[in-house]
Amino acid sequence: MTLQQELAVSPSAKLAVKDVSKAFRAGGERVQALSQVTLNVNEGEFVCLVGPSGCGKSTLLNIIAGLETPDEGTVQTDGVPIRGPGRDRMVMFQEAALFPWLDVFSNVMFGLKLKPGLSRNERKDVAHYYLKLVGLENFHRANLHELSGGMKQRAALARAMAPNPRVLLMDEPFAALDALTREQLYGDLQRIWEERRKTIVFVTHNVREAACLGDRVVLFSTRPGRIREEFKIPLPRPRDINSVDLAGYATEIMRALKGHLDAPEVQI
Amino acid sequence: MKRVLTAALFFAELLIAWQLVFLAKIWSPVLLPSPIGVGSYLWGVLRDGTLEASVLVTMKRLVLGYLIGLAAGLPLGMITARFRPVQDTLGVLALGLQGLPSVCWIPLALLWFGQSEAAMLFVVVMGTLWSVILATESGVRNVNPIYVRAARTMGSRWLHTWLKVIMPASLPFIVSGMKQGWAFAWRSLMAAEIFVTILTGFGLGQLLHYGRELNAMDQVIGVMFVIVFIGLLADKVLFSPWERFLHRRWGTEK
Repeated sequence: MTLQQELAVSPSAKLAVKDVSKAFRAGGERVQALSQVTLNVNEGEFVCLVGPSGCGKSTLLNIIAGLETPDEGTVQTDGVPIRGPGRDRMVMFQEAALFPWLDVFSNVMFGLKLKPGLSRNERKDVAHYYLKLVGLENFHRANLHELSGGMKQRAALARAMAPNPRVLLMDEPFAALDALTREQLYGDLQRIWEERRKTIVFVTHNVREAACLGDRVVLFSTRPGRIREEFKIPLPRPRDINSVDLAGYATEIMRALKGHLDAPEVQI
Repeated sequence: MKRVLTAALFFAELLIAWQLVFLAKIWSPVLLPSPIGVGSYLWGVLRDGTLEASVLVTMKRLVLGYLIGLAAGLPLGMITARFRPVQDTLGVLALGLQGLPSVCWIPLALLWFGQSEAAMLFVVVMGTLWSVILATESGVRNVNPIYVRAARTMGSRWLHTWLKVIMPASLPFIVSGMKQGWAFAWRSLMAAEIFVTILTGFGLGQLLHYGRELNAMDQVIGVMFVIVFIGLLADKVLFSPWERFLHRRWGTEK
């Protein structure tokens, strides 16, 4: 299989979350993290989940990833129920979660080596392709501590995309970065998504970030975690985080978010 | 270069001070031989092969016992970290026995195994095993769970996760545990060789012991030098390269 063939096989998947509930025990108390959450994500759609901390949006992401199991409800990719973690759904974590005992290139190779059907050279070609895509072509042999925060997230993105997943799950990947680096990554992520269209579920508490990246923004409320409202963002791409149109959408979402927080039925 | 020079100067000064104390005749030469006397003793045993033979005997015992300790300690440490009941039993046992000075094993070893190589080996293994178990356990326990989660999403399972994620992630701990295990093995072997006379091999510890019996202080101090030297060499040759590599990779060097 050549690099071109490998890249061509990339059907993005339709994601169906149905009636998912999940409770935790925290400090002897039962916390309902998610309650009856239903969410459909189309093939190649970029969906952002927004909500206050503790609204269960990261829990939902972990359930879709297969790292946690729901108490009730199902998650399906293209009609197939998920059972545990799988290569078709890759996760990008907030703290990058790159392996510090490997250099950048070997980190990207980690997932590729576990993917069957590729020769050694093809895996290397794929890794080179993705490192170039995220702009790290000159940092193959760098150790992780030599990279800046933004570069680490780029490497994590390359690692997550390299096995060619059908769904990409991103858990506040840019939360720990400075504003300037973040803006740069918004641009890059949109460019990369145009080139390698994946179904993306992106968790964030940054409303503006959600409006900038998402085709759709899904608003969560807290305790129990529930979907409150959805917003379509029909702005053309690439979008600039500082544009006035975008600010309009962000304000609308923010107002809705605050409204739900103040609503008596969700008072804590 | 500057560091080498500083070190060389320090040790040269130490030797000169020793020689001056010797010349001042504060203690009898029987109790404090001169550096030259010790040097000529070492030169003599090197020439007639006594030193090489004892070092060989000692190193054989050390390496064998150390390897057994590692081979048992690494997997036991991992199991201890992974399973709560093992942690509550073997983990506590390891913690307790690690605190036991290894010289305390000698009476038991003598009664169980007699004046034999087995007694030596037993003492070295007991010196190594517990600290390797404890270091491996804490290494594995300190692995950030996010690494395992990330690996699982990429399709890593059981054995692959252990070999490719948990092992390398805990390597800094494991290497320092191996280093500590080596130091304990070395101490316990010297104690064993001084206390236990056996006919199957005449090690460094025994050489030291007979130096005392013969009132040959140049021999006592000479052998002590050799023991210190071997310890330093092991550190510089066996462990320093590993540690340097890990520090570079993980970015923990100063």
